[in-house]
Amino acid sequence: MDAYSLSDLWSILVMQGFSGLSLFSVLLLMALGLAIIFGQMGVINMAHGEFMTIGAYTIYSFSKLTETYFPTLMPYYFIVAILGAFLIAFVVGYLVEYTLIRHLYKRPLDTLLATWGLSLIMQQLFRSAFGAREVSATLPDWLMGSWKPTPDIDIPLNGIFVMVMSILVTGAVVLFLFRSNWGLKVRATTQNRVMAGAVGINTKKIDRVTFAIGCGIAGVAGACFTTIASTGPTSGSLYIVDTFLVVVFGGSASLFGTVASAFSIAQAQSVLTFFLTNAMGKVVTLMTIITILMMRPEGLFRSKVRR
Amino acid sequence: MNALLNRALGERNGAIGLAVLAVIILLIMPLALDIFRLNLVGKYLTYAFAAVGLVMVWGYGGILSLGQGVFFGFGGYCMAMFLKLEASDLTSTAHQTTPGIPDFMDWNQVTQLPMIWQPFHSFAFTVFAIIAVPLLISYVISAAMFKRRVGGVYFSIITQAIAAILTILVVGQQGLTGGINGITDLKTLNGWNINTDSAKYLLYFINGALLLGVIMVCNLVLSSKLGRLLLALRDKEDRVRFSGYDVANFKIFTFCMGAVISAIGGAMFTLQVGFMSPSIIGIVPSIEMVIFAAIGGRMSLVGAVYGTLIVNYGKTAFSESFPSLWLLFMGAMFIGVVMVFPNGLAGLYQSHLNDRVTRLLNRIKKVKSSDQLKVVKAES
Repeated sequence: MDAYSLSDLWSILVMQGFSGLSLFSVLLLMALGLAIIFGQMGVINMAHGEFMTIGAYTIYSFSKLTETYFPTLMPYYFIVAILGAFLIAFVVGYLVEYTLIRHLYKRPLDTLLATWGLSLIMQQLFRSAFGAREVSATLPDWLMGSWKPTPDIDIPLNGIFVMVMSILVTGAVVLFLFRSNWGLKVRATTQNRVMAGAVGINTKKIDRVTFAIGCGIAGVAGACFTTIASTGPTSGSLYIVDTFLVVVFGGSASLFGTVASAFSIAQAQSVLTFFLTNAMGKVVTLMTIITILMMRPEGLFRSKVRR
Repeated sequence: MNALLNRALGERNGAIGLAVLAVIILLIMPLALDIFRLNLVGKYLTYAFAAVGLVMVWGYGGILSLGQGVFFGFGGYCMAMFLKLEASDLTSTAHQTTPGIPDFMDWNQVTQLPMIWQPFHSFAFTVFAIIAVPLLISYVISAAMFKRRVGGVYFSIITQAIAAILTILVVGQQGLTGGINGITDLKTLNGWNINTDSAKYLLYFINGALLLGVIMVCNLVLSSKLGRLLLALRDKEDRVRFSGYDVANFKIFTFCMGAVISAIGGAMFTLQVGFMSPSIIGIVPSIEMVIFAAIGGRMSLVGAVYGTLIVNYGKTAFSESFPSLWLLFMGAMFIGVVMVFPNGLAGLYQSHLNDRVTRLLNRIKKVKSSDQLKVVKAES
């Protein structure tokens, strides 16, 4: 440690802290869609990772199209592509709810199996359409490079972008669930389906659109990931366990819990990986989560509603 | 004693199903297949242990475990550790920096046999560990969860996370576990070469007999009062709890039983296939075991075996000729088994064939008894 000067240590602290924050925004983005689908609706969507992959491939396709046909628009395509990622994932989610999920609301374990099957099918379709190799989108210039407040501190711009996006999406989800008329209906439906139906809410429509919105958010998350990692047919499935753990650990019905759990998991993991190896850091984090969950099964933040 | 046997066989219809399965496994397969294919079937049958365990845990207990591969892996790794130690004796590892330790440890600059490996020099301890390690771990997991009334989906997700953790751990600790390659180059069991054809035949038969034995034990459990309680609490847990039963204990029992059954399968896997690697214990293999049980029928022990054989046969056949179709097909199976035929092959049998078979049996029985009647009349 003697080799480091005080300012070096400060730079390490800032950059390590930033890498923790950037992992936090990744986990949060992944978990937000699931927090709606699993946390609010109680549907186990094992294909959630594949909806992220849809978003990532959408960005890839947009970047290729723009590069070939409208090279002058390269700096701007990303904004449009994110909206595209949301829309495509939304539409696919809508169709999946209509054909599959709506028959299974009363059988959660079967939903798990069916959506796992769905994820296998989607992975194979990705592989047929985009090839088995990992691809990455050509990013606009403003996402490349890094920000250097001092000569020693080096913060990548794409990391900042993911963080900004995660804040924006979280804000949007909070507004949607707790401030909009639609969110009120969603919460009413999940809390008491029969009563919600009795007061004139079309619960089936609510289910379908809510599920689709959750999928759309997963698409946006996938779109953001293309700025930091490449995309392959099975990339989504790598995230699924982490994503579920974030939501469960946070207390499945609490959105604030999801944010808190993403933050604590990300910070724990990035600190631990600094001291241990990458794999062991992850193992210790996951073990701790599971131990805490065994002692406190309802997660960090319990929803105030009795079920 | 006779009544006990009757229950283990599963009354008349169960006994016929079991007999048919026994004939297929122990007679038809060995006669019809060469040793390479038979060894492959033997490998599938070790997965069937996990599937049978899942029928108990999921079909009857109502607990969907997505970590069945974990326990399969514990059994397999315990056996592999013993075999590996036997294969790494001083003479065959003389060229290593540290002779007498497994080769992968030498590659990873480990110079001393780790503590945890020491007891696996003894075969008796290994057999004990194959049962005890998964039993202990499944007990800790299930007791912690079920005593706090965590169940259903949460339990499934946590078992899945455990499968993920264990894979990362095994892959990460290369010097201790052999990493991603697993434990390979296994040669002898107490001096008996397990790679010869005759050994493979013998192991196949031992495996088949064990599987049938496990099914009979499961039948015994299911036909007892315990089995009826399991069904009751799967359907209306609260009602069983209010009747004065400690529901958690029954769930823990089933979960542990399923874990031990899988572990036996894992140990047999190592013996027959000759290696153990993390690719068999992770999330994907664990959830594939669920589909074996689901295709066979989540309520049928015998069905689980057929389900395992059919899915694995399909996997081998498809991935040889159309690898890209297999995943689509597998996905469709998951969806189909949930949406179209939730009780799997056994359900199809129940609804289409069972009545006919019963009628046929009754007719045979009637013919027999009337024959006896004739004999009695003639004698008088």
